[in-house]
Amino acid sequence: MATASKAVTDSRANLPFVYRHYSAEQLREVLHKMYLIRRFEEGAEECYTRGLIHGTMHLSIGQEASAMGICMPLAEDDQITSTHRGHGHCIAKGAEVKRMFAEFFGKTTGYCKGRGGSMHIADVGKGNLGANGIVGGGIPIAVGAALSSKMMKTGKVVVSFFGDGANNEGAFHEALNMAAVWKLPVIFVCENNGYGMSTSTARSTAVKNIAERAAAYSMPGVIVNGNIFSEVAEASHQAIARARAGEGPTLIESKTYRHRGHSKSDRNRYRTKEEIEDWMSNRDPITLFESELREFGFIDDKGIEAIRDAVAQEIAEGIEFAKASPSPDISETGNYVYTEQA
Amino acid sequence: MDAMVRELSYAQAIQEAMAIAMDMDERVFLMGEDIGVYGGAFQVTGDLVERYGADRVIDTPISELGGAGVAVGAALTGMRPIFEFQFSDFATLAMEQIVNQAAKMRFMLGGEVSVPVVMRFPAGSGTGAAAQHSQSLEAWLGHVPGLKVIQPATPYDAKGMLLAAVADPDPVMIFEHKLLYKMKGPVPEGYYTVPIGKADIRREGRDLTIVATSIMVQKALDAAAALESEGIDVEVVDLRTIRPMDKQTVIDSVKKTSRLMCVYEAVKTLGIGAEVSAMIAESEAFDYLDAPIVRLGGAETPIPYNPDLEKATVPQIPDIITAARDLVKGVR
Repeated sequence: MATASKAVTDSRANLPFVYRHYSAEQLREVLHKMYLIRRFEEGAEECYTRGLIHGTMHLSIGQEASAMGICMPLAEDDQITSTHRGHGHCIAKGAEVKRMFAEFFGKTTGYCKGRGGSMHIADVGKGNLGANGIVGGGIPIAVGAALSSKMMKTGKVVVSFFGDGANNEGAFHEALNMAAVWKLPVIFVCENNGYGMSTSTARSTAVKNIAERAAAYSMPGVIVNGNIFSEVAEASHQAIARARAGEGPTLIESKTYRHRGHSKSDRNRYRTKEEIEDWMSNRDPITLFESELREFGFIDDKGIEAIRDAVAQEIAEGIEFAKASPSPDISETGNYVYTEQA
Repeated sequence: MDAMVRELSYAQAIQEAMAIAMDMDERVFLMGEDIGVYGGAFQVTGDLVERYGADRVIDTPISELGGAGVAVGAALTGMRPIFEFQFSDFATLAMEQIVNQAAKMRFMLGGEVSVPVVMRFPAGSGTGAAAQHSQSLEAWLGHVPGLKVIQPATPYDAKGMLLAAVADPDPVMIFEHKLLYKMKGPVPEGYYTVPIGKADIRREGRDLTIVATSIMVQKALDAAAALESEGIDVEVVDLRTIRPMDKQTVIDSVKKTSRLMCVYEAVKTLGIGAEVSAMIAESEAFDYLDAPIVRLGGAETPIPYNPDLEKATVPQIPDIITAARDLVKGVR
């Protein structure tokens, strides 16, 4: 990733990490992507409500800074494993929203040709090895991808996203231990949004901070405010440097909040309206980043308006693309179970 | 085959296959519990760690779920792992990664990836290891589309099918009966494969088809030899692969003999015998049947520790002889 020139960085010496490290253009692109995630999910939710998308979906609205902060410092061929709440990760890693919409619509032009839907959204070409319907399922897989990187000497770093719920799965503990023992280039990113479905971390997790669990596996455990893009990106940047240097894994706990319910069946009985309202009004990651960009002179109202307009158009076009795309033929139901033999 | 043929044990044949696979392809590596200096619980990996180093013969912590997941992730990203479970019973600890991840990843991602992982499962009873180290769980995995499940019954097949498994782009689960590890048989030197998905007619006969798997193949052959003196001519089909099953070979055999018996060590109900029987009942071979189909499988109990009870839990040669005789003579 290109960084800002020296003269520019000198003038930003007292600003937070990302404003010293990235160009204005790159930072505006981050805002663009954060809006793209937000509007994509709002668009998907609306399509679901209108009956255009079936099944269910898990929205990450409110967690955009976490996805962007972790993915921004990654190289294009670095890899991620994602979760059931993975739309943001997918976009942050470089996916096109039109192919994501197409997947949600179950169309052949979707990233998984309509076989995976929201919960298995992937973009292998951009290094997203897939969202996962099993809590914690992607964590050992990320460690395996990191083992490949080490054995094949590709220099790739692998990020495993998971939620607070996954930190109580055995797979989490087994995977962190192996990654540490073998010093693999992997970063464990726990997006702690406070609730595993309805059960709060206070009721489910013996430690106050999930990052404390890093100590059990002799790796750095870093806590960041997951709603502040710069904090997340700085932690990611440091963990990537450590991984690339062969020093092993890092556990980053990104404390954040999902504005929406767990899935479409959620009645939000386990948290108060006031709590949700507080996060939405006072700690929205897009609002926070936008204010900083404005305050530090990286963007003005006109620039923000241009981003919002561009995103709105991209979303509208994406939905149209999905609607117009063909559904798979019923005769192809058995495809992709096994590798087709020539 | 021009290659020199030697007598090797089943375990040696597997070890040789793994060495050849590692020689041929630097992406191939081994993972498992105590497969390094210990040589594996059944000495299948033996001294491979000395020849290939600890970077390619990797001792894992006792973490079946995580270890299987690491193997899946490595396979997904370009490597060719061969993952050894210490006992097939421990598959229960890793079912998530095997069933939800390895088997489905290609499908869920619309064919964008493949998972060329090989998993080896030392299986079966007869070693006095009791209920948690003696099970035959192959039908569990055979029920999952996306997996291939094989049960080589001879040293020759063990080597050739393992090499076929490593070359296969999809996840292949190999169930190796622990009592077969010491069995000796002819094995050619060098590289060869035995195709996955192809049954083998191990003995031709006219009166009865016995479809057997794994260790039951040899037991069925021994039973067939004994029945020959009684004038009963048994055909023994070694199924070799339970998913995808070679239906045609079984159908053709039953059309020829008009009688079918399935012999397998796993618990009798809801297993391979049920599948083969139903497959025949659904096929054109049904009209050729002269007698009801017989299943000879394991008892509906966990495997007991006491050696006499342990033997009584799974089909033995006299059981096969009696059941086959009764079937051919119309006693049943």
